[in-house]
Amino acid sequence: MTTTTSILNLDGVTVSFDGFRALNDLSLQVDRGEMRAIIGPNGAGKTTMMDVITGKTRPDAGTVYFDGRHDLRKLDEAAIAQLGIGRKFQKPTVFENLTVADNVLLALAGERGVFANLFSRRLRTAGDDIDRFLRIARMLEHRGRRAGDLSHGQKQWLEIAMLLAQDPKLLLVDEPVAGMTDAETDQTADLLREIAEVHSVVVVEHDMAFVRRLGVKVTVLHEGSVLAEGSLDHVSRNERVIDVYLGR
Amino acid sequence: MVARSDPRRSPRILSAWFASLLFIMLGATAFAAVPGGDLTAEQLERLGERNLRVVETAVADIAASGSPVALEVLRALQDGRLYRRDADGVMLVSVRVGGAQVYSDPLAGTLGEELADADVTLVRVSNRIRRVLSAAIASLSLDSEDPAVRLAAARQFIDSPDSALLEAIETALVDEADGRVRNELEVARAAAIASDPAQSEDARREAVDRLAEAGSNRARRVLIGMFIEEGSELDVRRDAAVEVIDRNLARWQQVQNLWFGLSLGSVLLLAAMGLAITFGVMGVINMAHGEMIMIGAYTTFVVQGILRGISPALAEVSLLIALPVAFLVAGLIGVFIERTVIRRLYSRPLETLLATWGISLILQQLVRTFFGASNQRVETPSWLAGSMEFGQIMITYNRLAILIFALVMLAAVILLLKKTPLGLHIRAVTQNRKMAESMGIRSDRVDMLTFGLGSGIAGVAGVALSQIANVSPNLGQGYIIDSFMVIVFGGVGNLFGTLVGAMTLGITTQLVEPSLGAVAAKVLILVFIIIFIQFRPRGLFPQKGRAAE
Amino acid sequence: MITARLLSGRMTPWDVAFLLLLLAVAMVVPLLNLIPGPDSSFHISAYMVSVLGKYLCYALLALAIDLVWGYCGILSLGHGAFFGLGGYAMGMHLMRNIDGRGVYGHPVLPDFMVFLNWDELPWYWLGFDMFPFAMLMVVLAPGALAFLLGWFAFRSRVTGVYLSIVTQAMTFALMLAFFQNDLGFGGSDGLTDFRDLLGVSLTADGMRSGLFAASAIILALAYLACRLIVSSKLGRVLVGVRDAEARLRFLGYRAERFKLAVWTFSAMLAGIAGALYVPQVGIINPGEFAPAKSIEAVVWVAVGGRGFLVGGPIGAVVVNAFKTFFTGNFADYWLFFLGGLFVLVTLFLPQGLFGWARDRLAGRKGGDGP
Repeated sequence: MTTTTSILNLDGVTVSFDGFRALNDLSLQVDRGEMRAIIGPNGAGKTTMMDVITGKTRPDAGTVYFDGRHDLRKLDEAAIAQLGIGRKFQKPTVFENLTVADNVLLALAGERGVFANLFSRRLRTAGDDIDRFLRIARMLEHRGRRAGDLSHGQKQWLEIAMLLAQDPKLLLVDEPVAGMTDAETDQTADLLREIAEVHSVVVVEHDMAFVRRLGVKVTVLHEGSVLAEGSLDHVSRNERVIDVYLGR
Repeated sequence: MVARSDPRRSPRILSAWFASLLFIMLGATAFAAVPGGDLTAEQLERLGERNLRVVETAVADIAASGSPVALEVLRALQDGRLYRRDADGVMLVSVRVGGAQVYSDPLAGTLGEELADADVTLVRVSNRIRRVLSAAIASLSLDSEDPAVRLAAARQFIDSPDSALLEAIETALVDEADGRVRNELEVARAAAIASDPAQSEDARREAVDRLAEAGSNRARRVLIGMFIEEGSELDVRRDAAVEVIDRNLARWQQVQNLWFGLSLGSVLLLAAMGLAITFGVMGVINMAHGEMIMIGAYTTFVVQGILRGISPALAEVSLLIALPVAFLVAGLIGVFIERTVIRRLYSRPLETLLATWGISLILQQLVRTFFGASNQRVETPSWLAGSMEFGQIMITYNRLAILIFALVMLAAVILLLKKTPLGLHIRAVTQNRKMAESMGIRSDRVDMLTFGLGSGIAGVAGVALSQIANVSPNLGQGYIIDSFMVIVFGGVGNLFGTLVGAMTLGITTQLVEPSLGAVAAKVLILVFIIIFIQFRPRGLFPQKGRAAE
Repeated sequence: MITARLLSGRMTPWDVAFLLLLLAVAMVVPLLNLIPGPDSSFHISAYMVSVLGKYLCYALLALAIDLVWGYCGILSLGHGAFFGLGGYAMGMHLMRNIDGRGVYGHPVLPDFMVFLNWDELPWYWLGFDMFPFAMLMVVLAPGALAFLLGWFAFRSRVTGVYLSIVTQAMTFALMLAFFQNDLGFGGSDGLTDFRDLLGVSLTADGMRSGLFAASAIILALAYLACRLIVSSKLGRVLVGVRDAEARLRFLGYRAERFKLAVWTFSAMLAGIAGALYVPQVGIINPGEFAPAKSIEAVVWVAVGGRGFLVGGPIGAVVVNAFKTFFTGNFADYWLFFLGGLFVLVTLFLPQGLFGWARDRLAGRKGGDGP
């Protein structure tokens, strides 16, 4: 099933919690360099799917391959992250007691060992790199602030800066615009499109306007499996999608 | 069943009432001494004569009277507790009560008085009389109304087998209705025959088989003590019989360990149950939990002291009264702690741990200041004293009561959580605090009551544990680590897991203990749990689903 | 020097002040013990030197706890186990140094083994007659135990309160085990009646002062090492482990390895503290493993201010000075005081004395920022 052009390949993935099937025979393929939007009502399995890809949850059945050769079921979170899968959480999680710059410093690719970190010289040398990612995320001016003091939207962007600093091959972005103002939402959409030029991206989102603005292929999840796939216009015309999701 | 109770000291009716209330199936009865009877003071006085023949006749006469007092007097004579009051020559039986020696007139049946040593003279017995006395006591005992006395007599025959007693045994067997006594009498007969080299080879062989069948340590001692020609057929048979008994005793040893394990498990269950509420349901680490148990035990001590001051009769029921009092005392202290300290720390579990540890130090020192550092004596009421036999092992009533009590408490707590509005609220807040709040449940009040409930249960556990543990300010310290181990092992937030955890740890400890020793067993269990947590961090019965994240 | 380079520009004024203070006491206390006559008001008695030396050992233990608790979020209720193991390793060396001068005069066996009718040294006592080997064991024994426990626990993601309970069970188990005579560590009496260390009598004038100075210098070095750790990028990672362990994993860090490394290092520091403690108090017994001791040490850190490196040592000295005062004058009230301290500090001084004082001075709030 795995094709060399796909960066991510889920096939027949099933996950049950206490008899409840969060994912039910889910198959999904994301191509190299592609940006994909995942939509679906609450409980459709979007977050569980992210958990499976990043190694937080082990599937009961099915296969998950990254880059055509890495079996993600056999790896833990850290190993998967090191392979080049970055994740932004639904609820922004940053290191609140560190500065914005230090948050990005920790995310910078490389130096994941204990001693490498003890003797790391990056505290002094990585400033330019950190600034570069902060600039992309429009967070440069907040460089020295404590991350815990940031606003909700700023934390979202900091997470995106951290995601970029990781230099991942695949970015998983869970509800990036939740709680953002319209202006912030537009900025975020632009940012993601920019990022997608060099990375593969999977975005999970509720906000239809935002998804429309991204203008990418959409996958609709429902009850743990794929209901429809295609452009947003295509899936919004799908009868079943209208029934279960758009509710019209 | 043997109820060891001194009929004079305890208010009989109450004791009987409570004993039968709690152990109806055991049928504990208190027997009453009927004073007087056919005995005369002259007969008793003759026991003090110098002429051995007169004394011998007196013993026989007294035995023939069949009076319960006769048995008491003869026993006293045998044990060197029979005295003559120098002033009037009246025979007195002496008993130690507390620290004092008191003397009572057996014919009057009154409570004893204290006398100076110089006013009384001990009645001594020669060896010749002693022999007559033993037989008289034995046959009197076998005539006793009380099966326990007859049983004890039969056992005495087994312990000192004497073929001269065979006739008395045979006679007793004819009318003996009680199965257990009958059985022991048969063993006694076998013991007497087996120990007598003058008996026929066939009879002795049969007797050896009967002793093997008895399977007790007592029968084993008879076999070992038999006089047998070495290498004879009987000798071989005897060795085989001893082996049979050894195997039987080894099996019973396992049963005994299992019982000890269940007993330890019930103690752990009691100790851990309150913690299962506060830690398991609320997620609060209460390091002062052990002190709640300690406070329950001290409450028992105080309640008992007050009741004894009012009436000795009430002391018998002090445990039952202490139960609700301890629940209230510990529960209120728990509520106070929750209000003042814990609720300020709900989002910081590690800090809760430290603060409650501080509280535990304060509570310990408070108790030490008021009651002193030494152990306090909590009396065991007569209906919990003593033990019963089960096959070859002894089961003490207090341990049995704790086992039953722990299970009843567990059932009560589960019912409370499942069937009452408070339980519903507690479960609702546990599962989804925000949702519960939005449905009008006052979660801070539920927290307070839950913590009070957990603490109260710990207090109640303290009442029960005061019966087997040293009631000192350090009492709680001994239980806190064990309690946490039980909860962590069984699975947090699961009372059934607490039961299984407590019983597993209790039984495992007791099964390992004989071969490794108590400390090594304990260390092994701790190491086992430390390793166990690595593999099942959520315990045996984890809470599942998203809520557990 | 690599340390100097790494530390340059990362020392706070507090660090400098603390280190200078340590160096000063390392020199002044021994001098005041040795030079002024016993009648001089400047004289510090040998007993007082030992008491102060004991405080320094506690300060080192507190530093070790602060490193894992304050910076890595691991609340250890069992650091007394590591302290005790280090102490026992030193105690075994001192026992071997008695060299036949014991009550029974056996050339090799310590008195308690002669008393137990043992014929030869158990294998695990071999080598302890050599000072370097014993010193190696001072760090290796606690380090190995910590590594073993940490390796299992962190890998299985046993965290928070569960980990605290596990560490408490660990030290409790050790206490029970060491109380046993047949384990070969002197049972409930422990190891005592020491004679000399490195050929010098423990009761000699210079010895107490020397041990005191050594404690102060080793504390200073340990402090520097901890400063190096928490100020490096590793320190940032540790704060990440403390505040959002799961997030760190998704960045590709194996949180368990970082915890394991710092945890083991901390245990070794605690072992060194125990080793310095034993010759100064003259005894090591299983009481050091009592869970209450470990928890008390945690309170020192809470009182001083966790998450500040100087917090641990400050708390250790302050609380123990109070303890010395109370047990001398109002022994009955000590537990009230200590218990009250637990409650009040957790409720009202979450940053401890140091954090409180610093905020007062600076009129601001915040963590031990870089």
